[in-house]
Amino acid sequence: MTNRRTLLTAGLSGLSLAMLGGTASFAQAATTSGKFVFIILRGAMDGLTAVVPYGDPNYQSFRGAIALDGPGGPNGTLPLVDGFGLHPALKEMHGLWQKGHMSFMHAAASPYRERSHFDAQDLLEAGTTQMTSARSGWMNRALAMLPNGPHQEGVAIGRTIPLVLRGPAKATSWAPPLAPESDMDTLARLSDLYAGDAMLSNALAMAIETDRIADGGTMMGGNEGRGRQGAYAPLTSAAARILAAPGGPAGAVLSFEGWDTHANQGGAQGQLANRLEALDAAIKALREGLGPVWATTTVVIATEFGRTVRVNGTGGTDHGTGGVSFLLGGAVKGGKMLGDWPGLNRLYEDRDLVPANDVRHLFAQGLTNAWGLDSQAVLSRVFTA
Amino acid sequence: MSLNAVIAANRFGLGARPGELAQIARDPKAWLMSQIGNAASTNLPANGLLSSAQAFEALQGYQQARAAQQRNAQSPNPAANVDERVRLADLISKTTGPEIEARIQHAVTTPAPFAERWVQFWSNHFTMAARNLQTTPFPGSFEREAIRPHVWGRFEDLLVKADTHVGMLIYLDQAQSIGPNSQAAQNQQGRRRVAGLNENLAREILELHTLGADGGYTQADVTEFARALTGWTVAGPRVRRLAQGAEMGTTIFVSALHEPGSRTILGKNFPATGERQALDILAHLARQPSVAKRIAFKLAQHFVADDPPPALVTRLENAFLQSRGDLSALAKTLVQSPEAWTPEAQKFKTPNDFLLSTMRASGANATSTQALRSTFEQLGQTPWRAPSPKGWPDVASEWAAPDAILKRIDWANLAADVIGETFQPLAFAETALGPALTDKTKTAISRAQTARQGIVLALMSPEFQRR
Repeated sequence: MTNRRTLLTAGLSGLSLAMLGGTASFAQAATTSGKFVFIILRGAMDGLTAVVPYGDPNYQSFRGAIALDGPGGPNGTLPLVDGFGLHPALKEMHGLWQKGHMSFMHAAASPYRERSHFDAQDLLEAGTTQMTSARSGWMNRALAMLPNGPHQEGVAIGRTIPLVLRGPAKATSWAPPLAPESDMDTLARLSDLYAGDAMLSNALAMAIETDRIADGGTMMGGNEGRGRQGAYAPLTSAAARILAAPGGPAGAVLSFEGWDTHANQGGAQGQLANRLEALDAAIKALREGLGPVWATTTVVIATEFGRTVRVNGTGGTDHGTGGVSFLLGGAVKGGKMLGDWPGLNRLYEDRDLVPANDVRHLFAQGLTNAWGLDSQAVLSRVFTA
Repeated sequence: MSLNAVIAANRFGLGARPGELAQIARDPKAWLMSQIGNAASTNLPANGLLSSAQAFEALQGYQQARAAQQRNAQSPNPAANVDERVRLADLISKTTGPEIEARIQHAVTTPAPFAERWVQFWSNHFTMAARNLQTTPFPGSFEREAIRPHVWGRFEDLLVKADTHVGMLIYLDQAQSIGPNSQAAQNQQGRRRVAGLNENLAREILELHTLGADGGYTQADVTEFARALTGWTVAGPRVRRLAQGAEMGTTIFVSALHEPGSRTILGKNFPATGERQALDILAHLARQPSVAKRIAFKLAQHFVADDPPPALVTRLENAFLQSRGDLSALAKTLVQSPEAWTPEAQKFKTPNDFLLSTMRASGANATSTQALRSTFEQLGQTPWRAPSPKGWPDVASEWAAPDAILKRIDWANLAADVIGETFQPLAFAETALGPALTDKTKTAISRAQTARQGIVLALMSPEFQRR
């Protein structure tokens, strides 16, 4: 146990200290009540389409019909660092890059090396080296390190609280309500009725409180349409309202589904491009919704694993290993490619992008940047094995 | 009346209809046993519902009409063009719409609700969900054709029926998979778009339908299994020439698509037997001890507790092994297990079961499909729309999030208006819960400000939310 923990901490700090240097002082000087948003792309986003390594000599031959080109071509990407281009659907994110408010990590992976979505998401959210029986998430453990107060809380946008936000610190969930709403009196009576049932009473108490904040102080006055499947922007708009409310939570988690592109994935246009466009719109909605709070906000976007480097027989890609993760937001001093690029001349198990970079480095940087936590403490207490 | 009648109705079933508790109370175990192995109890009358082949035909018709319209996009006669949404609504009104309505109607009215729970458990184990246009027409016929007739038979047979059904072949991309060295692949070399191997079905059979993610198989096993499965496809336009007169929209084995050669899976060699090869592998998988263990755990978790008693899991596992996967024997073992009859209600109802039990308690018979479908959707569990092949989760932590509780209360508020037309609040609670109704809830109901509020309190009481 000690060995694994020491190794992990050493491995993280080796890379992270350099990466964190520029941002730690900024975060501490600004505020300790910055906002942290974690977006999980469930289903495994194809990293080689989101951030295209057009400069890699093997890229075109592996990707064939679904390959994109460098900036300027007919299937051109948006310029990042030399040899890498952002998918053309990610315009808002590219704008952030140009302003220095975004970095990305390619060949990123959690320590998970199998190919099950469900287990991979669990480990990504646990933040550990392997699954333990503890079943708590890294974002919750980081929240527990914040000073006590109303904002020491995380909100999940959706009907359930995902593992990343489960644990000792306070967590709640919220999604737009159905109509007609129940009245406060009925809710109060139910609260009494639930006195002997810990699960139901806690859930109800949190729901009432979160709903109040989301509706700007009036109990369930809102009646907004639920985000339809495929549109992520309504979810980030809701997250923005909750985060920006006075005394609002320090962090939010959102899950965007629909990334498992086994067939007819497409390139500059198509199925995956549509998902990316929706992701981009969600980032824009978050920025606009947060208003001035955006300046102190850090967003991490990650997925459970990458996809196969070769295109499969049905125009899609299968479960892989190395993928792409993003760090962005008004509080981010970015414009960097984080970690190493392993190249495509050698593949992991002869099929996947080599997982050269531990994505938890990027998570740690995001947490440190958002909440002004001590980077060593984050590494040793949040991302221990 | 003994508490066992309520346990039989709620924990094993989908909740009591008015008067049903008294009937069950005569002999709760016998009431459950009579539903096991009884084909009539799981059969859903297919009046007016499309078979999977007919649903396939409807989908083809939709796609052809859409393609024709796109070719005529500049038609000088716009009146001839049908609004895309109208056409799609028509497809759904022929397939998914009536299927969901029939399934809900059956679950709400069946006198064998334990059998229906059993069906829905297996339907979820072998999730075939609507996730796009191609899959939307099929989950209903999949459940009626591949699940319902086989849930009292052997696991191995159910496995084969589910994983070779047209709906599953489309859902998990098997219909498109082609052996890289198959005759068909050889013939299409040099063409621009060469089809090839797709591992999705093979992987999910291993991970979700049989061994489980920690079941000891490797990536090589997945790929080998995917090769063995090539040839199993759907008779459709893509393989019309190869299908040689097979009925469109049915499962066929096409030798020309099959990857030649023997395969090695879990260290065992499977000779090149063509069509039989994948079936032999499925049979081999069904007999692995890890399958018995996993099914035992899932059943105990589904019916008894999120963290099920180990003694119950072991007993179910032994029943699976001794009966060689006889699902009737498994159901009987569950009913005879003392752990399943503990007075404490440990399971939290899923949205699906909350809605169904509410409708059963209210004595509902005829319902509006449209309204029901949107309710299931709003509470987060649209029939056959599970978010992934893993199916719906089965533990309270996935369903009892703060927002989800609030959604149930809001819906109960709506339902209470309808229920209040027939029932007084306390009578409603006693009809549904019998001796499980606590004094505390009784008091709260009787002190309610309005009848509607009283019914909301009954529906949202811990004893109605749990089972």
